[in-house]
Amino acid sequence: MVWGQALMELRLNVRNGEQLLLTAIFPVILLIGLTKSSVVAITDVVDIGRARIDVVTPGVLALAVMSTAFTGQAIATGFERRYGVIKLLGSTPLPRWGLVAAKTLAVSVVECGQIVVLSAVAFGLGWSPSGSLVNAAVLLIAGTAAFSALALLIAGVFRAEATLALANGIYLVLLLAGGVVVPLEKLPSGMASIARVLPSGALGQGLRDVLTHGQPMPWGALAVLVTWAAGAGFLAHRTFRWE
Amino acid sequence: MSPTLAVSIEGLVKRYRGRPVVDGLNLTAVRGQITAVLGPNGAGKTTSIEICEGYRGGPDSGIVRVLGLDPLVAGGRLRPRVGVMLQVDGVYSTARPLEALAHRARLHANPLPVEDLADRLGLTSRQATPYRRLSGGEQQRLKLALALVGRPELVFLDEPTAGLDPQSRLAVWDLIRELKTDGVSVLLTTHLMDEAEALADHITIIDHGRAVLSGTLDELTATDGHSSLTFQASPGLDVGALARAIASQSSLTQLTREEVLVTEDAPGRYRVAGAIEPATLSAITIWTAEQGEMLSNLATSRRSLEDVFLELTGRELRS
Repeated sequence: MVWGQALMELRLNVRNGEQLLLTAIFPVILLIGLTKSSVVAITDVVDIGRARIDVVTPGVLALAVMSTAFTGQAIATGFERRYGVIKLLGSTPLPRWGLVAAKTLAVSVVECGQIVVLSAVAFGLGWSPSGSLVNAAVLLIAGTAAFSALALLIAGVFRAEATLALANGIYLVLLLAGGVVVPLEKLPSGMASIARVLPSGALGQGLRDVLTHGQPMPWGALAVLVTWAAGAGFLAHRTFRWE
Repeated sequence: MSPTLAVSIEGLVKRYRGRPVVDGLNLTAVRGQITAVLGPNGAGKTTSIEICEGYRGGPDSGIVRVLGLDPLVAGGRLRPRVGVMLQVDGVYSTARPLEALAHRARLHANPLPVEDLADRLGLTSRQATPYRRLSGGEQQRLKLALALVGRPELVFLDEPTAGLDPQSRLAVWDLIRELKTDGVSVLLTTHLMDEAEALADHITIIDHGRAVLSGTLDELTATDGHSSLTFQASPGLDVGALARAIASQSSLTQLTREEVLVTEDAPGRYRVAGAIEPATLSAITIWTAEQGEMLSNLATSRRSLEDVFLELTGRELRS
């Protein structure tokens, strides 16, 4: 039953052109663009002895998670509410936890696809990740949980149009100033200290700590992600209007 | 509660911001029958049916039982047995008909074969078209199919033919009648008199959140003092004398005798109001024969459901 629901979410997701642009095409363009061009001062980090691609790739992976779990999911769920899809699902044998589980499953499958594609492109560009892949996976899962909870919180409270605007607006702000692809050291210090406690900064910097610098598990970043997941998840559970 | 009832509502009250939308509604739907809830817009139809479906946070007071269970408490046990068609779309706007049906089928333990159902509903030829580009009739038929694919014992249909052209309405009506043939109980809401007349075994007229009349179509339109008789003859007949002649018929019931009223609506066009009995008819023909009058266009009319509905809910338009 949950798989049936997840399958439907996946099919519609894959068919949606804007969604594909957001989840696949834009991250790939960013990955190539930031690696090949030096216009953006993001990666003048040759001083730390790493190639640009090694700094860019973890950030783009974090961005991929944000685009799927947060922006894509918030917009899709907002319109499902608007058209009564979620209300009508409430009259079927699919329980509410089943719907959340199905959405999580669908998001995870899309993310796996994104990671495969982005990693392949990155390896083609000479990416050589260091550090523990298990730690990176744990951060990706915690990031997915945090962004999913935020997506359902916004989609459950606001009208579909407001959700669309918020999900895209927040995505853009976090992309530019949230520490996703831009390392925290490169942000103005005030901005960096805010970004550090945002899920975007925690996920981006955490992945860079592990995959770029080969550091052990960044417990601080993980704690930030888990806190966002728990807080937003609790609020979403309390406020989500199914009807 | 009686096992013969698919739905029973007793004293249902639901308020929004203190204002009662449903205000002491009593309603029953017998298993295996089609029950229509008929009422003007804003009468509380959708609120009532959605409370039966487990929405709206349940009643403020009153007792609602669906297949003998409380929908607020036993939703998990009811949902596999009940099909729902909402007024809102409820369908993914980019989903194709067969895809949407297959998806819903996967949520049920023992669904109907999806292709057969789509075929019967005339959706097979549109299988490449997303929901939002289907015609109104096709969308409505798909919504109905989605309510049926899980083999429900009971279906709730909220305004199933809203906005449909006449052909699509007839097609939906046929489907609803087929449901009854298959033993499925149906509770539908409508503000269309002809829809209730055409489909329902039992009709409950509701207004201002209450049931104002309930019964079979025959019971609701029975000529109990509100029918009329019209005829044409020479203008200027003595209507008072005719009324007295009718009232003097010894075989008339006492009640009918007191209610007889004859009017000349237009020159030569007469109306006899009150209960029309066989003796009324003979009194009129005898009296006019004595006057040497030839009657034409003599007609008695049974009142329609529309007459009943408008009498009860008023004739002024409501938003």
